[in-house]
Amino acid sequence: MESATATARPAVSAAPSRIWSWLRRNGFKIYAGFALAYVLIPIGVIAVFSFADASQNRDHLAFAINNGFTLKYWEHAFAVPDLNDALLTSFRLAALATLISTVIGTMMALALVRHRFWGRRASNLLLVLPMATPEIVMGASLLSLFLIYGISLGFTSLLIAHIMFCISFVVVVVRSRLIGFDRSVEDAAADLGATPLETFRYVTLPLLRPGILAAALLAFALSVDDFIVSDFNKGTTETFPIYVFGAHLRGIPVQVNVLATMLFALTVTAICVVLWQQRRAERMASVRPEQEV
Amino acid sequence: MGDQKRSFRRRLIPYGLLAPGAIWLVVFFIVPMYFMGEMSLRTGVPNTPEGFTFNWEFANYSDALSGRGDQIVRTFFYAGTATIIALLIAYPLAYAIALKVNPRWRLPLLFAVIAPFFTTYLIRTIAWETILADDSPIVDLLKTLQIIPEDGRLLATSGAVIAGLTYNFLPFMILPIYASIERIDTSLIEAGKDLYASSRQAFLRVTLPLTMPGVVAGVLLTFIPASGDYVNAEFLGGANNAMIGNRIQSTYLEQSDYPKAAALSFLMMATVLALVFIYIRFAGTEAFVGSEEEAR
Repeated sequence: MESATATARPAVSAAPSRIWSWLRRNGFKIYAGFALAYVLIPIGVIAVFSFADASQNRDHLAFAINNGFTLKYWEHAFAVPDLNDALLTSFRLAALATLISTVIGTMMALALVRHRFWGRRASNLLLVLPMATPEIVMGASLLSLFLIYGISLGFTSLLIAHIMFCISFVVVVVRSRLIGFDRSVEDAAADLGATPLETFRYVTLPLLRPGILAAALLAFALSVDDFIVSDFNKGTTETFPIYVFGAHLRGIPVQVNVLATMLFALTVTAICVVLWQQRRAERMASVRPEQEV
Repeated sequence: MGDQKRSFRRRLIPYGLLAPGAIWLVVFFIVPMYFMGEMSLRTGVPNTPEGFTFNWEFANYSDALSGRGDQIVRTFFYAGTATIIALLIAYPLAYAIALKVNPRWRLPLLFAVIAPFFTTYLIRTIAWETILADDSPIVDLLKTLQIIPEDGRLLATSGAVIAGLTYNFLPFMILPIYASIERIDTSLIEAGKDLYASSRQAFLRVTLPLTMPGVVAGVLLTFIPASGDYVNAEFLGGANNAMIGNRIQSTYLEQSDYPKAAALSFLMMATVLALVFIYIRFAGTEAFVGSEEEAR
């Protein structure tokens, strides 16, 4: 239709039709551009706020921008003791939850991919359920258990909860790595006289490392970021998100934005490292005897 | 004899590997559900030393529900709308990244798109609160363009809560869809076109069906957390935008009326499970439960 009109009256409609065809060609890019802006603007706001001199009126974006930039909150990033404590608690919690959930999650993934056994379907279901449950229900039900048994809430109850919701994600990540695993390398190790344990230690584990690392990173991120489950089972312990939630009522110190920006940079770096590892492992795995001949 | 013993031990291996995780999930995920059910049937007065006693108090459920009808409808309306918008944003974006852009840009773009994931959930919600605040430059701009009326506001509206939910759970939608699009064998699309399918037909008959597992997983991974959320409604909504999550949170943690809160959580769980079940029936299961062919 469009082009027919364009040929009939080229002088009048050439411009609109050109705009139209340009839009058609670049529509995807424009759309993607808008979507990217939508996704990235809040992160930009957080970063801008970490440099904004907002001694009086820190809630207002316009004010923060007009007041000019300062580095003083970056210089005194750790000047709020409660915030530091909360962040340290979060890191300790996440480190422990990551360690434990990664170990038992990897074991589960090995069992599910490598073995056929009675109860396999039930185990799969058991793993899916936590991912299909709203966090608030997990938090509330775990709190019910703790309340009924009179278990005091705090770091331990948080650790139990965090391990619980991390396991499924660890299994999913490690499992996807295991499914594409070429087992002939293990057979080769066995042929060369390695015991099953040696094979696992020197062949399987190194090849699985990127998957395990990615799973651990995901678990760590989930744990550091968790608010809802923690809100229910925190007792008087304050993690980073819980501190932010509480501080929101009385005014959030600018340092929160500084630390959030730092965390963002750190996460991005960590992910780059994992990706690099993964590529390396893929190269390692792709060096196969038949290709050398 | 020795052989039999060995094969018996071999058969125990998977159970040994499975045990720690499975026990953890049973004790701290399944069993608590039972206790939440038990708690929801107790009676008593909050904040008294006697606490609550169990006596099949089903009235907790009707109490929890009474007068909350619109709040429940609102919750699933918000979560549903956010899921649909997220799908509309995520699919074309994932499609463009997986198939349309230079492969060299694929990873950095994917990174950028899931970047919200790398900042703290609460802090990015508070960032939205700042962006949508009454005196923010963006609201001023929209007012100048007359997109919103002079006395209009964005914060404390349904739209703000839905936008927040969409934003916060978007990565959960993008990642599975991207994974499923990336996995497509593009020669199938080419084959469709060779057989005289138009671009649209090729998309509808080949690409879309092949990526359905990703769409199903994305919808579930977005809808489920969105329906149980209370952070977005807390920061971005007003008094009339509270979701069930806010109610459960305040009944549990502020009023300490555990039985009623447990009843409400249970209803929430049941509704979500029912919706998920219906949805999976219509959309097929493999995407979420994982196919059986994995085992070797």
